[in-house]
Formats: sequence, C-alpha cells, structure tokens
Amino acid sequence: MVAQVCNLWLLVVGGTGLQPVAVGGTNEKIMTDNNDNVLPIIGMEIHVELATKTKIFCRCLNRFGDPPNTHTCPVCLGMPGSLPVMNKKAVEYSMKVGLALNCTIAGRTKWDRKNYYYPDLPKAYQISQYDMPLASDGYLEIPLEGDTTKKLRVLRAHLEEDAGKNVHDLPGCTGVDLNRAGVPLLEIVSQPDMNSVAEVTGYARAMQRIVRWLGVSEANMQMGHMRFEPNINLHITRDGKIYKTPIIEVKNLNSFRSLEGAVAFEIRRQYELWQDDPDGFTLEKLGKQNRGYDVDREQTVFQRDKEEAHDYRYFPDPDLMPVVVSSDWRDRVAGEIGELPLARRERFMTEYKLTFEEADSLTMDGPTGDLLDAVVEAGAEAKRCSKLLMSRGLALANEKNCTIAMTGIKAWQLADLAKMQDGGDINATAAAKIFDKMTATGDSPADIAQADGLLIVKDDSQIEKWIDDAIAANPQAVAEIAQGGKKQKKSFSFLVGQVMQASRGAAAPADVQKQLTQKLAE
Amino acid sequence: MSNKIDANLVRHIGKLSRIELTDAEVDALGCQMADILEYFDKLQELDTQNVEPMAHAVELSNVLADDVQRDSLTAEQALANAPAREGDFFKVPKVLGEGA
Ligand SMILES: [Zn+2]
Repeated sequence: MVAQVCNLWLLVVGGTGLQPVAVGGTNEKIMTDNNDNVLPIIGMEIHVELATKTKIFCRCLNRFGDPPNTHTCPVCLGMPGSLPVMNKKAVEYSMKVGLALNCTIAGRTKWDRKNYYYPDLPKAYQISQYDMPLASDGYLEIPLEGDTTKKLRVLRAHLEEDAGKNVHDLPGCTGVDLNRAGVPLLEIVSQPDMNSVAEVTGYARAMQRIVRWLGVSEANMQMGHMRFEPNINLHITRDGKIYKTPIIEVKNLNSFRSLEGAVAFEIRRQYELWQDDPDGFTLEKLGKQNRGYDVDREQTVFQRDKEEAHDYRYFPDPDLMPVVVSSDWRDRVAGEIGELPLARRERFMTEYKLTFEEADSLTMDGPTGDLLDAVVEAGAEAKRCSKLLMSRGLALANEKNCTIAMTGIKAWQLADLAKMQDGGDINATAAAKIFDKMTATGDSPADIAQADGLLIVKDDSQIEKWIDDAIAANPQAVAEIAQGGKKQKKSFSFLVGQVMQASRGAAAPADVQKQLTQKLAE
Repeated sequence: MSNKIDANLVRHIGKLSRIELTDAEVDALGCQMADILEYFDKLQELDTQNVEPMAHAVELSNVLADDVQRDSLTAEQALANAPAREGDFFKVPKVLGEGA
C-alpha cells in the first residue's frame, strides 16, 4: 500500500522540489513536508454501448465499422413524423447491469428529451432519462492491491441513445455518419468515492469486466464501446483548514491509458495551481469546469464551454410510453444473471482453496470459471486443475490473445489429465506436453500419453530390463560405485540418468533409484 | 410582458432554438409565453397532493419492440434529402473540437 502511495505521490508533486512523505491507509492520503494533506476526490460517468442486435428506437442494425450511413432509417435520421419504439432487450440489458451493480430498479421509468444542437444529433435532442433513471443507488466492489476490496457507490444508471459520428479528416468540411445514431447507451454515474488513480482504473476495469460478464456489451475500447468522464478535485488540509479545488470534468476518454493519464495529470495540475493561490484556486471561486485530454502531450487541456451548453431544457418525450418494471420481470432478469465475478472469485478461494491470484485469473470471464466448476463436477481435484490452467492454459491464452476457455480445452480432457497426474500416471512435464497437444487435437489425454510414451512405467520388470541394460553397457560406472569413494555418487546418478533416458522419461525416478540400489547390492 | 418573462429570456430561448427574432417578435412571443405561464399558475392552484405525476397523456406503458433487425435505408436513400453530401457522409460546416 505504501509503495502504491509513493507512486501516486511522484505523480502528484513530481518536479516541485518538495520532500514528499507518503502515508498509507485506506484513503491513501498524501502528505507533504509542509503538512499539506492532499486527498483526491474522484467520481466518474461511464458510457457503455449495449450489444443489442438493433438500435434502441428503431430496428436498424447496431454494428460498428460498416460503410457510413448504411444502417439508418427515418427514425434514427430524425425524419419528421417518424416514431421511436423502445427496444425491449436494451431495457433488459440495462436492468441486468443495474442489478449486478446492486442498484434499485425503478418500478416505473420514463424517457426525456435533452435538447441541444450538434451535427451528429439529427433530431436536435437526445432521448435520455432525466429524473427517473432505470437504476439507482448501488455499488461496485473493486479489487485493490493485497487482496482487499473497496465498495464504490453508484448513484444511477440510465438508458439513452448514442449520437452519430463526426468525421473530421475530410477537406474543408465535417462529415457525419449516422450508423451510430440511436445505438443504446447506458450511462453509469458513480458517487465521488475514488481517491486515487489506482481506484479509478480499478473501477473502470471492474466495470468492463462486469458488462462483459453479463454479456451486455463487448466493452471494446477500440470500437468506442466504453467512454469515461472522470470528475476530479482535491481536498487539501493545511493548518487545520480544508481547501477544495475546482471540480474538473475530463470529457470523452476512450482508453484506460487516457483515463489514467488524465486523472494523474489533473491531480498534479490542481495541486500546483492551488499551491500558487490557496485562496483563489478553489471550488467556491471557480466552480466546475470541463477539460479535454490531449493524448499525445498526455495533458488535460482547456475546453471552451459552449455558451448555454448546460441549458438542455429537459422534458418528457411524448413519443415514448413509460416502462413499468414488475417484480416478476425484474426477478426473471435477475435470474439470468447468475454468479458475479467477485462472488465467484471468493467461492473459488474458500471452496477450492485457490490463491487470490489463481481465483482472480480464472474469474476474468465466465466460461473459464465454468470450466473449473465442470472439472470439479467431473471428479477432478480443483487445485490440480487450477495449476494446469494457470501454467499451460494461461500461456496458450496469452499466445493466442484469448481467454483460457477459448484455447479449446475441454472440461473432460482437463479432468482426465488432472486425474492422471494425481494418480501418478504422468509427471508434470508430461502433463504440460499433453495439455498443449489435447488442446490442439481434441484427443483424450490417455490416448496422447499412450501414443507419445508419456505414461510413467510402473511395470517393475520393464524397469528392471532398462536397469540391466544400463549396467551391462556401463561397467566402469558400476565398478566405481562398487569401489565407493568420491566418484560413487556421481556414477549412481549417471546410471539413473541412463535408465530415465531409456524410458524416455516415463519411469518414475524414485522407482528407478530404489530398484537400481537393490540390483547393485545383489 | 409578465415579470417572469423578459425580453432577454425570450432572446435566450430563441438562441437555444436557433431561431432569429426581431424586436417585434420578441415582444409578441414574450406576451404569449407569459400567458402560457399564467395558465400554469392557475393549474398550480389545484390540490394534486394525492395524484401520481403523469409522464404521458395516454395511459399506456411498456410499448416495446423485440430486438429483431428490419431493413434499413441504403446510403443513397439516407442521403437523398441532405442539403449537401461528401461521399457517403452528410456534409456540414467544419466542426472544431470534439464532443457536444
Ligand atoms: Zn434506424
């Protein structure tokens, strides 16, 4: 924990010449040598594009990367007279996220118009939810360093439509592609409960994991499925007085790297500005401001606030009927969720006695954890299977840039392999070889072990024959053992090695040693 | 014009709505908007303490569609009414900076 704070510290005051004193603790408070206590206060809005087949209010395809303006219709073009109809799946996906975030799902919810002019918004209003969000008052528990977790409160999650895309690289004009206009977007708003860069990225990654786990979004950053808008300020205590810096919202971050860079930069920037003017650079005097992020310079940058940008004149959309969520409907959707990643990780640690690292890796996605449950169900030992998955499974997954489950390993194969190793039929080296081969071929581990001669030979007469051969072929080594002295040990190991080689690793070294000793004593 | 609606507010709303207003229109619209607000003041006198807020004039809910794809327009059809196009994009004046 202290090391982490030190890192953050370097980010906060790098280059100011102060002698930092970092103090750990749950809030990761930061102290300077002149006794400033600096606590970053960070909240975040996350926009998640939902992976419905069609858009939210029309049945145009919701798909990224196609030629411009090939998925539009009168509704998403904002033609007069067209009427939106709510996509049931978009509502249910949002309910799933809300439930997974421990939110209350509103029994009755409605949609509102948020009015503003922008070229990517053909209707000149965005349909969103203003005062009756679908989900509210939940939390997300995120993992922190050293097996600890922190509950971050979620204020609300509401459903709205995405805008189209402005294309800026055309000569002398801007092009508008409306394929994205009307893609369902879930906006998840946190409380300002995060106090460090690590907590912000932890929250963002946990959110990515949970929406993927639920299957409601691919959450692919390159495709813009997730966008972050953190708001950051500092509570600084100096001489018993608390100062609050202005709240800065950084708009439209579309990678974890930008998110991390923007928050770290803001913490440093605000502390420096406050030091120059402790009574002027404050929330009371300057209020809230928006900034953008320059990826190349790794800095947040001033963003001119459009005049009246926040005068959205929300009002209920008369084209859409309210949605009433009965307890039956909510329970049915809740029933589809199943076990969530952190609960499963906890279970793997208590029930299967996995380490945090093992349990964490195996609960990154649903199917990999399902695999472990299935092999245990099939009678294999959890810890052994986990070790196999963590070694060869993870290595193959990294090679192929996919999840462990996607490497092609089948539960029955893994269960058989684990049982063979635990039963002493194969050694660890053979198990690794078989793992790779059965993943590629789909063959049973027993067949592969047989075909490749990887089974440990328990047949004493076979081992005896190899020993006899080794003795016959190496009279000098035998003689040196008989003489005793300093060469005895080395020669014995040499003979064991010869036998192991003859068995192509299939004999158990302990058996060989035992029988060889007996043989030489005869 | 009532004290709730002054000329500046009318111009502000006009600007938000991208509508250019003459001074005469500001006066006329200001009076009309004041009348509307006055009418709402009248409604405020009603006791609505035990009445559920209404989001819609029609008593319907859960008008939902299944998530099944239907035909979209072609890019040609989508762009047919556009005042200007650049390739298969709608063409608009240069927008500086990102976000709305
Ligand atoms: Zn459409």
